[in-house]
Amino acid sequence: MAKLRIVHYINQFFAQIGGEEMADYKPELREGCIGPGLAFNQAFGEDAEIVATVICGDSYFNENLDEAKATVLEMIKSQNPDLFIAGPAFNAGRYGVACGTITAAVKSELGIPCLTAMYEENPGADMFKNQVYIVPTKNSAVGMRDAVKKMVPLALKLAHGEEIGASCVEHYMPNGIRKNFFEKKRGSARAVDMLLAKMAGKPFTTEFPMPDFDRVTPNPAVKDMAHATIALVTSGGIVPKGNPDHIESSSASKYGEYDLEGVMDLTADTYETAHGGYDPVYANQDADRVLPVDVMRDLEREGVIGKLHRYFYTTVGNGTAVKNAKRYASEFAQELLKANVNAVILTST
Amino acid sequence: MVKEIERVGIPVVHVCTVTPISMTVGANRIVPAIAIPHPLGDPALSHEEEKALRRRIVETALKALSTEVTDQTIFEVK
Repeated sequence: MAKLRIVHYINQFFAQIGGEEMADYKPELREGCIGPGLAFNQAFGEDAEIVATVICGDSYFNENLDEAKATVLEMIKSQNPDLFIAGPAFNAGRYGVACGTITAAVKSELGIPCLTAMYEENPGADMFKNQVYIVPTKNSAVGMRDAVKKMVPLALKLAHGEEIGASCVEHYMPNGIRKNFFEKKRGSARAVDMLLAKMAGKPFTTEFPMPDFDRVTPNPAVKDMAHATIALVTSGGIVPKGNPDHIESSSASKYGEYDLEGVMDLTADTYETAHGGYDPVYANQDADRVLPVDVMRDLEREGVIGKLHRYFYTTVGNGTAVKNAKRYASEFAQELLKANVNAVILTST
Repeated sequence: MVKEIERVGIPVVHVCTVTPISMTVGANRIVPAIAIPHPLGDPALSHEEEKALRRRIVETALKALSTEVTDQTIFEVK
């Protein structure tokens, strides 16, 4: 049997074109495999081969979603593939969204078997796991080998039109579709096993996980903006020049609280970004582009708002664990409450 | 972070470029920004034009904070 033809989608980083400074790279089609494609080709052996790779910069894709999607889709279609693979994106948020968007479009518009892979906290996972097969990976490229090992058998099954079993057997993220099967032990025995494990403080796996609808009801609007105290918060990593608390450029282990007393404008000499997940040139030139202190001061002076809160809170939202981001914000939210802050503007890059 | 701030009872507006992520995360008031590396700015503009652009975004954010919402809402910058 002839080898299956695969088209692979990767970002500018994995294509070895460049890092954040090249994140605006426009879609490009190249023959053969590049970067992580080598590992796939090796694992597929005689069964399948990457015939072409589509590369696109992460920022370009996300900032020009419709146009990028259409262009990339056309490139994929031109290769007439039997199978499409995107990523793995690990914990790169924009890359994950791009992989999910393209894989979903390949499935719905081209009807070609396809899959992608990323870390479960990648925003692309929640957005697309019910639409396409997403293989869960580690949060960094250290997990490449493991990802390839799980993706290849699933990809071949999909390409051959074989029936796909339950997510726990085939290694994809649960997509809300139930698969019936017979357990070896009856329900009562399994329930007692689980209870004993729970009582002994040992790990156990529930057979009926509660759906995770983490939504918060919107708070009432600010009634009197002219007397309101507004605080600025950012995940864009804006810090005083020199990053005094050494907030990490990725997977931040802390957040910063900084005093804006007397600060009218953020300048290249006084503020910078600690964020390692986007091109820092623009924020380092003028951090108001991420944390709009200059405009807030104008609005304060003109009486549009009561005042800008004295402190701003900042962290780096690049590969930062959801659990940590949650903890940082619940801590500084208490400070904001104590200070009688009426509303928050939170900026993200 | 948006949700944790909302949870303690403070209204919050999320200004970000990739609004689908904000929707997935669960922000209630969302204002689209310019670009990932410069959400509230545009280095292609003059300093004055850029600041005017930033002001329009911040004013939209304040409008979002002054508007009652019952569900996730995106406020486009005019």
